[in-house]
Amino acid sequence: MAGPVSVAAEYLAGSRARAARTVLGQVVLPGEELLLPEQEDAEGPGGAGERPLSLNAGARSRVRVVCGPGLRRCGDRLLVTKCGRLRHKEPGSGSGGGVYWVDSQQKRYVPVKGDHVIGIVTAKSGDIFKVDVGGSEPASLSYLSFEGATKRNRPNVQVGDLIYGQFVVANKDMEPEMVCIDSCGRANGMGVIGQDGLLFKVTLGLIRKLLAPDCEIIQEVGKLYPLEIVFGMNGRIWVKAKTIQQTLILANILEACEHMTSDQRKQIFSRLAES
Amino acid sequence: MAAERKTKLSKNLLRMKFMQRGLDSETKKQLEEEEKKIISEEHWYLDLPELKEKESFIIEEQSFLLCEDLLYGRMSFRGFNPEVEKLMLQMNAKHKAEEVEDETVELDVSDEEMARRYETLVGTIGKKFARKRDHASYEEDENGDIKPIKTKKMFLKPQD
Repeated sequence: MAGPVSVAAEYLAGSRARAARTVLGQVVLPGEELLLPEQEDAEGPGGAGERPLSLNAGARSRVRVVCGPGLRRCGDRLLVTKCGRLRHKEPGSGSGGGVYWVDSQQKRYVPVKGDHVIGIVTAKSGDIFKVDVGGSEPASLSYLSFEGATKRNRPNVQVGDLIYGQFVVANKDMEPEMVCIDSCGRANGMGVIGQDGLLFKVTLGLIRKLLAPDCEIIQEVGKLYPLEIVFGMNGRIWVKAKTIQQTLILANILEACEHMTSDQRKQIFSRLAES
Repeated sequence: MAAERKTKLSKNLLRMKFMQRGLDSETKKQLEEEEKKIISEEHWYLDLPELKEKESFIIEEQSFLLCEDLLYGRMSFRGFNPEVEKLMLQMNAKHKAEEVEDETVELDVSDEEMARRYETLVGTIGKKFARKRDHASYEEDENGDIKPIKTKKMFLKPQD
């Protein structure tokens, strides 16, 4: 009675665990287990004969692998928690193993330490500002975390201002905290974002796509007319151009480019360049 | 009366520091051990076999910064905000400099030529600012190279 059930379970479990290497670039669903390259060798047939000889044959040297967003550690394997495409990045230098992550799409932002985000100041209470970053709770920003701020020299921040800062504390147990200063004490472009302009919301995947080093959209947009853009990893973009019309055009382009093919985009840009 | 009081001293009192100053080191050690025993018996502990923490080779990170090389979030085009444009160059250059560490900078002028130029430069500029008396130290050789500076003659104090 217990026999066939356990056999079925084992079969299912065995068939679900695929090698991470073979699934790169393909769509993975939550609940799948992925094998790392080292385990593949062990579980493949005829291990000792095919494996290359290592210096210390006894202790198999393991490489540190980083599992990024969308993946969790499950024993020795990776467990997928979001649906999307599996990606891998080779390590540049030094520590090996590389990074695996799932390229997924979502609109809801979850604060992550180190992310640069655009926040809106909602309240000023005592020494801290409450900043809405689009997460489950507002982040706290101390007035001393601005460049050149001292107890006597307070920064000029009002309720309703836009702030570009990064998270120093962001986990599920604590209230997120952000600062507008880096570890050396310099602002590096963080702080209150200037007057005017337009803030709008897009999906998180689009932000990452636009911030990629070889993004054509940004290069083309930059050729249109003088403008300024600030990208927040929480899905918020702030744009500013010389006239309101230009600003609105820019906002529309950025919102729409997510669902356009590159040909449609080029058509729109050429039409804009003419007008 | 004193004899009665001696026998009535409690254990806690005897354990106090001022009462132990007169004791030998051995007896002190014994008392300490007894105290430790008492404490360790009262300590609660889990009666489980020792679990070795498995060294995990997988590190969990929730940030996209490690995964993808993203550019700096503030951008300005066609001179709209010059400060931001400067920042863009700085931050993206820093980012690229981390990646490309092995490439060495190509030199327009070789090191040897630089050294030669500096050698003569120091002399010519120095001549310009030297006073008349110091011109002697800048006399030129037959080849046009500057002679090495002679040591100045200081006042020698008579020994007697």
